[in-house]
Amino acid sequence: MEGACREKGSVMGKVFALGAASGQAAQVDAVFLMILVIGIFFFLLTQGLLIYFAVKYRRRSPDRDNETPRITENRVLEFFWILIPSIVVVVIFYYGWRVYTNLHEPEAGAVEVYVNGRQWLYEIKYPDGRTAINEIRVPAGKPVKFILSASDVIHGFYFPDFRGKMDMIPGRTTVLRLQPDRPGRYPIFCTVYCGTGHSNMMARLIVMPPAEYAEWAAHGEKEGGEGKEHEPLAVRGERIVKNAGCLNCHNIEGPVKVGPDWKGVYGRKVLLEGGKTVTADEDYLRESIVDPGAKIVKGFPNVMPTYKTTLPKDDIDAVVAYLKTLK
Amino acid sequence: MNGEPETGRGYLEERGWRSWAYTMDHKRIGVMYLCTTIAFFFIGGIFALLLRLELLSPQAKYFSDHAYNVFFTLHGAMMIFLFIIPAIPSGLGNFFIPMHIGARDVAFPRLNLASYWIFVAGFLVVIASLVSPMDTGWTFYTPYSAKTGAAVATLSFGIFLIGMSSILTGLNFIVTIHMMRAPGMTWHRMPLFLWGMYATSIIQVIATPVVGVTFLLLAMERIFGVAFFDPSKGGDPVLFQHFFWFYSHPVVYVMILPAMGIISEVIPVFSRKPIFGYKAIAYSSLAIAFLGFLVWGHHMFTSGMSPLANAFFSFLTFFVAVPTAVKVFNWIATLYKGSITFEAPMLYALTFIFLFAVGGLTGPFLGALATDVQLHDTYFVVAHFHYTMMGGTVMGFFAGLHYWFPKMTGKMLNEKVARIAWALVFLGFNVTFFTMFITGFEGMPRRYAEYLPRYHVENVISSIGSAILAVGILVMFWNFLQGIRKGPPAPGNPWRALTLEWQTSSPPITENFPEIPVVTDWPYGYGEPKGRTA
Repeated sequence: MEGACREKGSVMGKVFALGAASGQAAQVDAVFLMILVIGIFFFLLTQGLLIYFAVKYRRRSPDRDNETPRITENRVLEFFWILIPSIVVVVIFYYGWRVYTNLHEPEAGAVEVYVNGRQWLYEIKYPDGRTAINEIRVPAGKPVKFILSASDVIHGFYFPDFRGKMDMIPGRTTVLRLQPDRPGRYPIFCTVYCGTGHSNMMARLIVMPPAEYAEWAAHGEKEGGEGKEHEPLAVRGERIVKNAGCLNCHNIEGPVKVGPDWKGVYGRKVLLEGGKTVTADEDYLRESIVDPGAKIVKGFPNVMPTYKTTLPKDDIDAVVAYLKTLK
Repeated sequence: MNGEPETGRGYLEERGWRSWAYTMDHKRIGVMYLCTTIAFFFIGGIFALLLRLELLSPQAKYFSDHAYNVFFTLHGAMMIFLFIIPAIPSGLGNFFIPMHIGARDVAFPRLNLASYWIFVAGFLVVIASLVSPMDTGWTFYTPYSAKTGAAVATLSFGIFLIGMSSILTGLNFIVTIHMMRAPGMTWHRMPLFLWGMYATSIIQVIATPVVGVTFLLLAMERIFGVAFFDPSKGGDPVLFQHFFWFYSHPVVYVMILPAMGIISEVIPVFSRKPIFGYKAIAYSSLAIAFLGFLVWGHHMFTSGMSPLANAFFSFLTFFVAVPTAVKVFNWIATLYKGSITFEAPMLYALTFIFLFAVGGLTGPFLGALATDVQLHDTYFVVAHFHYTMMGGTVMGFFAGLHYWFPKMTGKMLNEKVARIAWALVFLGFNVTFFTMFITGFEGMPRRYAEYLPRYHVENVISSIGSAILAVGILVMFWNFLQGIRKGPPAPGNPWRALTLEWQTSSPPITENFPEIPVVTDWPYGYGEPKGRTA
């Protein structure tokens, strides 16, 4: 039964390509299409009759007002229009439930990825100890199990291309399963409103061809640093800043976001909470990355997480080098 | 005041603010509710337009992200708690429930006035919360609502008061409908608006205390640090969602059932036909009210509930569709072989059926587990509930306002202007919200101040639609004001309707009827030479 269901789903998914990025997603699309067809049928039936009656029985002469027939019920008709929708909704429920259960069935040999949500970024940990921020790499064609948690408030973890979604809840662990078939880069959105930076809380899923993934897993560096050792420090810093979600809260130009903006930050006199003033030198910038709560800029909330464990020292140096270029 | 038999003064004749502030006339209280809720409809609408303005650009342009978050929170909170929940029940319901049953007032007029002033106290507290405006969304999800620096406790206290007012009004209506019916007004001779209002009142009385308690718990967590919902101290953030939706799902039927009642009144009058399936419509209201208490979990399919619980909630959810569909079939069947005219109330009633069908038929996408997991918290949901709440309830409210305008004000509206407004509203609504189904299917999450450029075109279309919609609504209310100021006097029964409110003068006299009417028939005997005796 399940096999048949799955098979049918993927066939329908191929016929009606709604942009699903995997066979599993195509099963969801098949349910979507089924409901869409049923919905359009009932819409055309009811609204067609509505418009037809409205036109056909529009008032032609005031005399007709007193001649309209007294029709107040029709037991047979009413019986069927209760019965038929009842059957239709049970069918929709059943199909939606079966596909949902299929997608949530544990599969053996899944690649595990731990993802922790916090305001406003995703911290990724692989079982072998590597970490990353806002960028998840998985091999194509293998089931993936995302083990989800959250540090502060509830966040969402949503892959539009794979039709999958799960909330990330502080104090408990939730699981989202996925089998990405096609290599590519896919966005991940936060779907549970989590505060000021909510709409900037995004990550990428990079689905790699199995061979490439194996190579990356064997000796690639974290943060996707393939062959990037010789790039200038500031360029590397800019890349890290973009990947690590810093720009969700810090603007370089434009309106101030959650955190202080960065234009001309290096060398600036900074007024702190409590009235002290410091000059933003290299040490201050480094400290603000590894221990953001140590010196809070006046007027800003103390919400930034520490990057002590998520960025190695040379990455932090690169970020500081980059910040110095923002004049 | 038009040649109708009359032995008293019109209810609007007394002047001076005291005659309003201390009034115990259900009609005046209804009018005060209407004016207040419509004011909040406009304020909430301005917030909606600010949201659509910001969404013209994928990046933050006019407002900061925080300001955007405040705007959508206030848009939702005001539209729901200060407009859509009280507008029809407390506004139109107050005015027309006693008139429909042939009574001189509600059962507890003094309590009715107290409800209104508690409501006023509630919205004043809500306004006071603007010193540190809320940014949690109207859903108040913990732990964010327990942590944010905004005035969550103040706002939720305001809503607590508004909820209290709503409970008292519900109680008042239940007792009124049970005790105050005119001689001969049996349950099955009651207008269907009353059945809708009766079901609504029951939900208000049963469900509203739950949200009151929920907000108390939240306030205790924020003020005293009692960790009901904070996981680091042993609480459960998802528990809040259960409490919240146990109220907030039934309350969508508080919003829609009275509007369905209005549609059940308007369709027979303008079709000159008896309503089809009176009992089916009446009892389906009660069925919806009952089922509405069993389906709150469908707001939480991705919250980590067990797949089994999800399956139960999904299954039960689908059964709300059946009584709802039955009502739609009944209204359409009423049109069959009628003699239909298309004055503004009827245009809005037909629009209700049309838009509500879209809202209803997009429900199964969200009730089915597989597709809900995809569409939950995207613009698809935003489109769905605007089709049911605005396309449904608000269109029903507009139908009611146009239908009862002559009765409430004693003046007739300019029909031509009303039709222009209707056309703009219909066009603008669909351009704005139908587009959101597509935006949502493509994966754009709701409550996003900034979004990926791939959703740009859809957002621009929605924003253009919202401008058309806003113009339509302005024209409609301009027409109302013009009607009040210089509309021609309305006869007692301009629509030749058979319900009791039309059997007295327009505007009604202070105690509604010169004599309490004796009822001998149901109020839908259209198309027959004999009407009801009044």
